[in-house]
Amino acid sequence: MATIPVDEHRIIEAFGPHLSSMTGVRLSTSVEPDRLVKTHCCFCGQQCGIQLKVRDNQVIGFEPWEDFPFNRGMLCPKGVKRYLQGSHPDRLVTALARDTSSARGFSPLPYDAAIARVTAAIDRLHKAHGPSSVGVLGGASLTTEKTYLLGKFARVCLKTPYIDYNGRLCMVSAGAANKKAFGIDRTTSPWSDMVGTDVIWVAGSNVAECSPITTNYLWQAREQGAKIIMQDPRITPAARTCDLYLPVKPGRDAALFAGVLQILIERDWIDRAFIDAHTSGFDEVVEYCAQWTLERTSEVTGVPARSLMQAAEWWGRAKTSFLFHARGIEHHSNGVQNALGSINLVLATGRIGKPKSGYGTIVGQANGQGGREHGQKCDQLPGLRDISNPEHRKYIAGVWGIDERDLPGPGVDTYEMFRKIDAGEIKGLIAICFNPKVSLPDNTFVTRCLDKLEFFVAIDFFLSETARHADVVLPGSLHEEDEGVVTQVEGRIIKVNKAVACPGEAREDWRILQDIAHGLGRPHGFTFTSPREIFEELRIASKGGVADYSGVTYEKVERQLGVFWPCYSDDPRTGEPLTDHPGTPRLFEPGSYNPVAKGAGPFYFPDGRARFNVADYRPPVDDASEEYPLFLTTGRVVSQFLSGTQTRRIGPLVRQYPEPRIEMHPRLADKLGIADGDWAMAETRRGSITLRAMVVTTIRPDTVFIPYHWPGRKSANQLTVAAQDPISKIPQYKVCGCRVRKAERAPEYDGILEPQQ
Amino acid sequence: MKPDYLHFFIDPSRCIGCQACVQACTECDTHRGESMIHLEFVDRSQSTQTVPVVCMHCEEPTCAEVCPADAIKRTGDGVVQSARRPRCIACGNCVVACPFGVPELYEDRKIMMKCDMCYDRTSVGKKPMCATVCPSQALFFGTHEQIAQLRPRSTPVNRFQFGNQTITTLVMMMVPRELAAPAPYVDVTSAMDEQPRSRAKVLKVIAPGPEPSPDQPADERDPFAGIEV
Repeated sequence: MATIPVDEHRIIEAFGPHLSSMTGVRLSTSVEPDRLVKTHCCFCGQQCGIQLKVRDNQVIGFEPWEDFPFNRGMLCPKGVKRYLQGSHPDRLVTALARDTSSARGFSPLPYDAAIARVTAAIDRLHKAHGPSSVGVLGGASLTTEKTYLLGKFARVCLKTPYIDYNGRLCMVSAGAANKKAFGIDRTTSPWSDMVGTDVIWVAGSNVAECSPITTNYLWQAREQGAKIIMQDPRITPAARTCDLYLPVKPGRDAALFAGVLQILIERDWIDRAFIDAHTSGFDEVVEYCAQWTLERTSEVTGVPARSLMQAAEWWGRAKTSFLFHARGIEHHSNGVQNALGSINLVLATGRIGKPKSGYGTIVGQANGQGGREHGQKCDQLPGLRDISNPEHRKYIAGVWGIDERDLPGPGVDTYEMFRKIDAGEIKGLIAICFNPKVSLPDNTFVTRCLDKLEFFVAIDFFLSETARHADVVLPGSLHEEDEGVVTQVEGRIIKVNKAVACPGEAREDWRILQDIAHGLGRPHGFTFTSPREIFEELRIASKGGVADYSGVTYEKVERQLGVFWPCYSDDPRTGEPLTDHPGTPRLFEPGSYNPVAKGAGPFYFPDGRARFNVADYRPPVDDASEEYPLFLTTGRVVSQFLSGTQTRRIGPLVRQYPEPRIEMHPRLADKLGIADGDWAMAETRRGSITLRAMVVTTIRPDTVFIPYHWPGRKSANQLTVAAQDPISKIPQYKVCGCRVRKAERAPEYDGILEPQQ
Repeated sequence: MKPDYLHFFIDPSRCIGCQACVQACTECDTHRGESMIHLEFVDRSQSTQTVPVVCMHCEEPTCAEVCPADAIKRTGDGVVQSARRPRCIACGNCVVACPFGVPELYEDRKIMMKCDMCYDRTSVGKKPMCATVCPSQALFFGTHEQIAQLRPRSTPVNRFQFGNQTITTLVMMMVPRELAAPAPYVDVTSAMDEQPRSRAKVLKVIAPGPEPSPDQPADERDPFAGIEV
């Protein structure tokens, strides 16, 4: 039973989160670094270039890296303070074993003994219940090499279909919509295409706080004449000065896009020639949109008709445009439809695949793009291949040197894996780079499932809230302790470089996976001696797939400061070897060739045409109702990242925004008798939370917002609903019915737990 | 010496309040652990508007003029430095007198410290830490030609009026050339109505603008009328 071994407060005392601070050489004004290591930030999908100052195997500070083209030295506060995650008092430097007799709940275990304990447990489960009784959870902050190895490890070594990853909470709606519309899942244009456009539409993206470096691209575009349209239930910092703000009601995005497209059709602000030549399915969309009159759209979305009309006019009359979206429209049980609705606006105006005209999806995690391409997603194999496609299976089985019949079929999404744990089908779990106890919706259920596991192994560098349930914790590597590639928001592959060695008995994650494989007596295919060797195999495995990395080398990535995939080793037209394919910064350019269309057109379907999809509006599951009259929406703050395993341990970042608050409009606060700073209680059908109120005019009066980075009784995900999109399986984090009242007293944790705990 | 063709520009309309500047300032090699820059929330209950405040490096620094110990010096290239030891007597006159609210007294060290435009960096040809990292480039360090090319919608000003005192500064403030098309969004409810309501407030940068005539509807008042460029 993977229950918490002792009183959780004792575990927190021993393993944190505690705060790192600038002390010693990290505070000195005279200490010089031994060297500067050019690498990238460990946090979001922008993957800003940064130089780490290293002295005596310790990262002691940073220096901006102004030559890296995406951010040219710019960093958000997380990037500035990222170096404080190293040499941390909470860093795991030995393996740990669950130990109820220890006051700390865990005892150190020699590394080899820990691996032996893990493999014995997996063996036992395999013998008793078969290979499908063990599941694997991965993460999109891992390097591409690690995600590739993890997928191979699950299928080849563990022989389980049950592997999925935390990108399930992030990029899957965008990815599914992109595959349905374009046949390929990648942002279509480099961000530099934004500057010089007539209009930029930002749908559900709090750019300023979640992808801050994109702000400068937006502002620079505006300096050169772009109108900026922002669609969000909150006036986020970047929305304050946008040209048109659309205060959409949470969960109504597909309706908004359909209503705007209807105006475009009525006014003939569409590109008929492009639609005829390069798309299919427009007629069905026209038929669907007819019901979305201006009045109805305005009523459903909560956006005034004048603003819908203005948005349609600017978008419709523009010559060039850029549209991008993020979790705001994707974190919905209708997330794929929302994303498809936005793509329909792009296709109807034919503004894609050209300089200064594009479309993009903002990835949340460091390797949000690369982490979904090479096989840790339950239905995919390397190169964005499909695990159900016989040809794809045969090719990958060949690369891996196994019989195709031994390759498991598709698994299930992350949340469904927890349902399978609950049902007793999955009994053992290996998790890396994922803190589902904080990040999954309705996390009381997730906790119950973790408790039920017969054997749970966590690979982590800190004891995350989820790892507190583990039977064995294996000490993995921090970002700066290993090398490898990741693919950032634009589809640009960049190189993460090692700055310091793993401390104590900690080691690189790929070594740990291989050690488990060896312990299980299945070393075949797990004898790599470096990330470069893994990458060389990945190049072969991705070759011929949509995400083709075959022409990418570490040297090319460093020389070009990034390579946009697809990047071919052989010309896809002729099969002739290419000496130096530079990569593909912009997809779908007129006349471009891709291996799916084979010259029939620029899009990745056999006929080369993009697809219009009817993007049907469906109201959210557990929508606002009489009983729960408000919309609860969740998201991030700029100083924290995801479940906070790293950022809740960095002192200066915690001090910037210490604890979550419930954001509400003064009109609502007045009605509820709540003043700014009062304790307020928010309740949904899943649970309740007591936090201080933050009363601001920058949110819809029918909506409350809670950031989700905190654990336990401060966790917004106690309230969120586990409804999922039927196609992408993304959870509906961005809306559920909620009610709020003034709290009678402070919560129990107040005065006991530190803000970050 | 700071190269004389490089200048510091602030554009609060770009600021997103992320505090990268504040966090980065604490990483500067001359004052690690302390930020010499602060971020002002104009009124968070009403708006997400924030303003990063760095030293404006006045031609005739009020802080230096009121210093009884002559501890505040201006370099030949116009950078006003932190108070010098052992002269500074930590009296706090400069803190009270500075019209921009920049100097800060560090009681534990008995000294005033303030932004010195990253003199350790700018004097060797680097950009200040805050302006290098700023994700919105609300803080910009470069030439007049660069700013003119990059920011056609606004213009730099460096003369400010405080009562009877006119102050000329080394640091430039970017001011819109003309009325920005829409007023800034401050309250969601005004964006939810069919009839938009303007919530913009008149800012007075140099000279007071003409009083809005009483018969003119509030919505049509120019929110930037008070700005003289």
